Amino acid sequence: MTHKNERVLSVAELARVEGEGALYVRTSGDRVQEVRLEIYEPPRFFEAFLRGRAHTEPPDITARICGICPVAYQMSACAALEDACGVTVPGRIADLRRLLYCGEWIESHALHIYLLHAPDFLGYASGIEMAGQRRDLVERGLALKKAGNAILEAVGGRAIHPVNVRVGGFYRAPSRAELAALTEPLKRALDGALETVRWVAGFDFPDYACATQDLLALSRPGTYAIERGTLATRSGLLFSAGAFDQHVIEEHVPHSTALHAHLAGGGRYLTGPLARYALSSQWLSPLAREAARAAGLGETCDNPFRSIVVRAVETVYAVEEALRLIAAYEPPDPPAVEVPPRAATGHGVTEAPRGTLYHRYQIDADGLISTARIVPPTSQNQAAIEADLGDFVQAHLGLDDAELTRRCEQAIRNYDPCISCAAHFLELTIDRS
Amino acid sequence: MVVIGVGNEFRRDDGAGPAVVARLRDLAPPGVRLVVTDGEPTRLIEAWAGAALAVVVDAVRAAPSRPGTVHRFEVAGPGAGPGRAASSHGLGLDDAIRLAVALDRMPGRLIVHAIEAADLAQGPGLSPPVAAAVGAVAQAILADLGPYAEGR
Repeated sequence: MTHKNERVLSVAELARVEGEGALYVRTSGDRVQEVRLEIYEPPRFFEAFLRGRAHTEPPDITARICGICPVAYQMSACAALEDACGVTVPGRIADLRRLLYCGEWIESHALHIYLLHAPDFLGYASGIEMAGQRRDLVERGLALKKAGNAILEAVGGRAIHPVNVRVGGFYRAPSRAELAALTEPLKRALDGALETVRWVAGFDFPDYACATQDLLALSRPGTYAIERGTLATRSGLLFSAGAFDQHVIEEHVPHSTALHAHLAGGGRYLTGPLARYALSSQWLSPLAREAARAAGLGETCDNPFRSIVVRAVETVYAVEEALRLIAAYEPPDPPAVEVPPRAATGHGVTEAPRGTLYHRYQIDADGLISTARIVPPTSQNQAAIEADLGDFVQAHLGLDDAELTRRCEQAIRNYDPCISCAAHFLELTIDRS
Repeated sequence: MVVIGVGNEFRRDDGAGPAVVARLRDLAPPGVRLVVTDGEPTRLIEAWAGAALAVVVDAVRAAPSRPGTVHRFEVAGPGAGPGRAASSHGLGLDDAIRLAVALDRMPGRLIVHAIEAADLAQGPGLSPPVAAAVGAVAQAILADLGPYAEGR
C-alpha cells in the first residue's frame, strides 16, 4: 500500500557487486527515516557444515564461500587452526603465503577497479559497455588480473580454489625457477598498476567523508599487514585475533540474516582498504607511497569514493611485494610443518582484499571441528555502509528516483562488498512519503 | 579444446557443471583441458582463451521448471556480431559472452550444455533429476569433442 507522496522503486538486482544483496531506503518529507541493507541468505551454513569435519578440512571447504577471495579464507582458516594446535609456521612458509595472498589482492583489486567500479566514474552502465568503447582500458585491467592469477597458479596450484594450500603450509613448494618465471610479467604489471593509479586519480570524486569514523585493520609495524599481524583500530585499540570476540560484537538486526558488527563499548567501524591505508600507509613501499601522494591521497583517506585510488595503490604495493618475495625466495623444506590436532580453540585473522576476515575453530579431543565461526569483512561493514547510504540519500533527495537508485548502487560499490560472502540476493527499494 | 564446468558445489544443483567435469576426468580424450569455475566473466574468458572449441556446462533456472532437462546450444563465435552472440538462457554466461565479444576473445566455437536445476539452496549434493542427467551430458560433451580429437 503506497501513500500519495510515496515513491517506491525497485531494482531487480544490484549490479556489479560480487553476488547480490538488497537495499531499502525510506524517506519522509525531506528526512531519511530508514536505511536497511537486507540480506536474505542464512550466512551460517558453512559454520554448521564444518562441524564434525577433520581439523584439516576448513581451508578447502571455506575456500568455496567466496569465488573472488578463496585464498583469504584458506589463510584465515590455517591461521586459526594452527593457533588452536599451537603451531607457528616457519618464516619461509609465511613468506610463501604472503606471496600467494599478493596474487589474490592483485586479481581482486584489478577486477573491482576496472570492471566493477571505474565504469561508474566514467559514465558507463557496465564494465561490458566500457569494454566495447574503451577496450584498451579493460585490456589493461585484465592484464593486471592475469598477473595476479599467475601467482595464484604458481603458488596455489590453480587460479580458482587453490589446491596447494594445507594446514601447516603447502603440499608442494614451487621451485625458484617456477617463481622466477613470474618476474617479467610482474614487472610489466607494475607499470600497469602505476598507470592505474594515475588513471583513477583523475576521476571526479564527490566531496564526501565517511560517516563511520572508526577503522579496523591488521597491523604489523614495519610492513603493510596482510597474512598476519595484530588487530588495530584508529581509535587506538590493539588486540590479538584471540580477543576478536571480546572486541567485536555481532548482533542480529530484524530485517537481515547477516549480523551487524560494532566495537564493544563503541560503535560502527569500517574494515578494508581505507582502514588499512589509514593505519599502515607509512609502511607502504616508497614507490607505492609516492604513487599515493601524486594521486592526491593524504596520510589517510576518509572518502569512500576515493577507495578506488587506495585499491590501486594497494595493487602497486602487492605487485612490488610479490617481486620482492620472489627475488628473495627460498623454497621451504619441508613445504609444510605437521599440525597434530588437539582439543583447543584457535583464532585467525588475515586481510582479505575487502578487509579483516576472522575465523575461529574449536577442535575436540578426536581432532574434529566442534564449532566454527566466520566473520567476513563485508558483514562487518554492513552497518557502516548503511550509515553512509543514509547520509548519501539525505544529501541527494532532490534527485529523481532512477538517478538516486543508480547513485545508491554506485555508493555501495565504493565498499567493494562481496555480498556472496554474507548472503545472496538483492533488490533496491526507495520508499518516499 | 576446453570443457568448463560452471557452478558452486555448495549450492546443490549449481554443482551440476563441476559434477559433469568430474565425470569427464576419466573419459575425456588427451589434449582436452578441464576447468571448474564460478562463472565470473573474466575467469570464463581466461579459461577459453585460445580454444578452438569451448564447451561450457552449467545449471540453469527455468520457468516453468523441468529439473534435469538438458538444453544444448551453440553460441556464435567471433565475427558474428553481438546480435547473434545473445541468449544463454539467463545463465550468467551472457555477461561473459558480451564481454568476450567486446574484447574479441570468443573461442573459435562455443557450445553450451545447460541443465535445469531443481534446488539451488546451500548444501552439497545434486537433486536426483539433475544427478541423473550428469552422465548423459558427459556423453554429449564427448560427442562434441570427438571430431576435434580425431582430426589431429
